[in-house]
Amino acid sequence: MLLFFLRRFLGFAVTLAAAAAAVFLLLDRLPGDPAQFILGINASPDTVAALRSQLGLDLPLWQRFGDWFLALLHGDLGQSYTQSAPVAALIGERLWVTLPLAAVAMILSMAVGLPIGMLAARRRGSWLDTGLMLLAQMGIAVPNFWFGMLLVLLFSITLRWLPPGGFTPWQEDFWAALRGLALPSLALALPQAAILARVMRTALVDVQGADFIRTARAKGMTLGEAVWRHGVRNALVPILTILGLQFAFLIAGTVVVENVFYLPGLGRLIFTAISERDLVLVRGAVIILIAAVTASMFVVDLLYAAVDPRLRGGGRS
Amino acid sequence: MTRRWHPSLVIGLAGTAVFLTLALLSLVWTPYPIEEIDLASKFSGPSAQHWLGTDFFGRDLLSLVMAGTLTSFVVAAIAVAIGMLIGVPLGLAAAAWGGPVEWLLLRINDFLFAFPAIITAILITALFGPGAVNAMIAIGIFNIPVFARVARGGALSLKTLDYIGAARLAGMGNWEISLRHLLPNVASLVIVQATIQLALGILAEAGLSYVGLGTQPPATSLGLMLKDAQSLFLLHPWLSYVPGISIVLIVISLNLAGDGLRDMLDPRLKREGLANAAA
Repeated sequence: MLLFFLRRFLGFAVTLAAAAAAVFLLLDRLPGDPAQFILGINASPDTVAALRSQLGLDLPLWQRFGDWFLALLHGDLGQSYTQSAPVAALIGERLWVTLPLAAVAMILSMAVGLPIGMLAARRRGSWLDTGLMLLAQMGIAVPNFWFGMLLVLLFSITLRWLPPGGFTPWQEDFWAALRGLALPSLALALPQAAILARVMRTALVDVQGADFIRTARAKGMTLGEAVWRHGVRNALVPILTILGLQFAFLIAGTVVVENVFYLPGLGRLIFTAISERDLVLVRGAVIILIAAVTASMFVVDLLYAAVDPRLRGGGRS
Repeated sequence: MTRRWHPSLVIGLAGTAVFLTLALLSLVWTPYPIEEIDLASKFSGPSAQHWLGTDFFGRDLLSLVMAGTLTSFVVAAIAVAIGMLIGVPLGLAAAAWGGPVEWLLLRINDFLFAFPAIITAILITALFGPGAVNAMIAIGIFNIPVFARVARGGALSLKTLDYIGAARLAGMGNWEISLRHLLPNVASLVIVQATIQLALGILAEAGLSYVGLGTQPPATSLGLMLKDAQSLFLLHPWLSYVPGISIVLIVISLNLAGDGLRDMLDPRLKREGLANAAA
C-alpha cells in the first residue's frame, strides 16, 4: 500500500513539475521586455538594464527557471508588478472565495445527482426514469454561466431571496458570505449533478446484471438488498472517476461563473492580470489552478485503491 | 443486414441538421446583415419583421444566431479534429507497443489532463491576445487525452483477440497492426466520442467567449451573444434567452445523436459514454 502511495505521489509530483515548466517556458516566450514594460517607453537604457538585472532577467533561461521553481517549492510565487504585492498573498486571499465555491458546488451536485441516479436505476424503464434522464440530458446541455444568469433573474429579481452578486468577506459575516455563494454554486453544480445522475444510474443498472448480484439473490436477498450490500461499492469506481474530474472542472469553472456574480475570486484576479499584462500574476494563478486539478486527480487515484483493492497493484487505465 | 435506427439518433441528428443548415445558410444569406444597426427598432420582441426580435443595436437576433451557430460549430469541430488527429494515434501506439512507450504516452496524457481548456485559453490569451483560434487550440488540447484514452481502451480490448495474434504471426509489425486492425475497430468508439466532444466543445466555446477569451467582435458566436446580453439581461432577459436556448438545443441534439449512435453501433458500450463528459 505504501509503495502504491509513493508511486502515485511521484506521478503527481512529476506531472505538476512538468506543467510548471511548460507554463514557465510558454510565458517566457512572450514578446516584449517586462523591465521596459514596467518602466515605460521613456526610461533610459541604463535604468532598464539595471531593473533587468534586479529582476534577474539577464540570467540564462535554465537558471531563471531553477530559481523560480525553487521559490515555488517554498510557496513564493514572485512579486506582482501591477499590484505591488506578493503573488502568493494575492492568490491566497482569492482562494477564500474560489475554493469554498467549488466545494459547496461539489456537495450540491452530489446531494442532487446521486439520489436521482439511484432513484432512476431503481425504477428503470418507468416514466419516472425517462423523465429524470430527460432532465439530466437538459442539465448537461445548459451552460453553467447562463444558468447563473437565469438564477439571478428568478431568485434575486423576481423573488428577492438572494443577492444577485458580490461577496461579503467570511470574517465580516459568515452567513452573508455563504448566501453570496448560494447562487454561483448552484449554477456550477447543475451540469455536474446531471452528469453524476447519469453515471450513477448506468453504474447501478450495470451492477444489477452482474453475476455476484444473481448469486446474492439466489441466496435469498431481494434485489434491493443485494444492490445495496454488494452493488453500490462496485458502482463507486466510475462515480469516483467522474467526481475527480468534476472537482478539477469545478475549480476551472469558477473562473467563468465568478464573472456572472462579480465574485472576487481567482478568476477575476486572472482577468485583471491579463488585461494589465501582469504575467507574474497570471503565471502564479495558472500554476495554482493546475495544482488544484492535478491534486484532485491524485486524490481520486488514492480513493480508487481504498474502494477497490484490485486496483492497488496495477496502474489506472 | 438492416439495422433499425435508434430513436435518439434520429431526433439528435434531425436537431443537429436543423442548426447546421441554419449555420451554413448564414454564409450566403441571413434575414438581415448581421452588422446592420437599426437603433429605431432596438429591443423589439419577436415580430413578423424580426422573428426572434432585435438586440441593443437593433440587430436582428435570428441573423446573429445563425452566424453565431456557425462560429460555435466551426470552433468545436476544429477542436475535435485536433483531439482526434493527435489523440487517436497516441492511444493506438500506447496499446500496440505497450511497455515504456505506453508508460510515456500515459504520462503525457496525465500531463495534458492538467490543462482544462480555460487554463490553456488563459495562457494563450496572455501570450497572443484573445481570438477564436485560441478557443480552438485550447479545447483541442483538452480533447487530445480524451481521444487517446478512448482509442487505447478500445484497442487494448482487441489486442488479446486471436486475429491480432494471427496477424503478428504472419509478420505484421505494430504499425501495420495499428492501421489495418486496430484503427478500423476503434473507429466507431472514436466517432461516438467525437459527437460528445463536439457538444462539449460548443459549451466550452460559449464559456470562453463569454469571459472574453474566445471569439471577438465583429465576429459573433453564441457565447459572445451571451456576453453581450450580460449587462442588460436584468432589463431585457430575452437577449440572453435566444442564444442560451440555442446552445441548449444544439448540445442536447448532439448528445442524443451520440447516445443513439453508441447504442446502435454496440449495445455493450452503454457503460462507457460520459466518462469524459465532466468538462
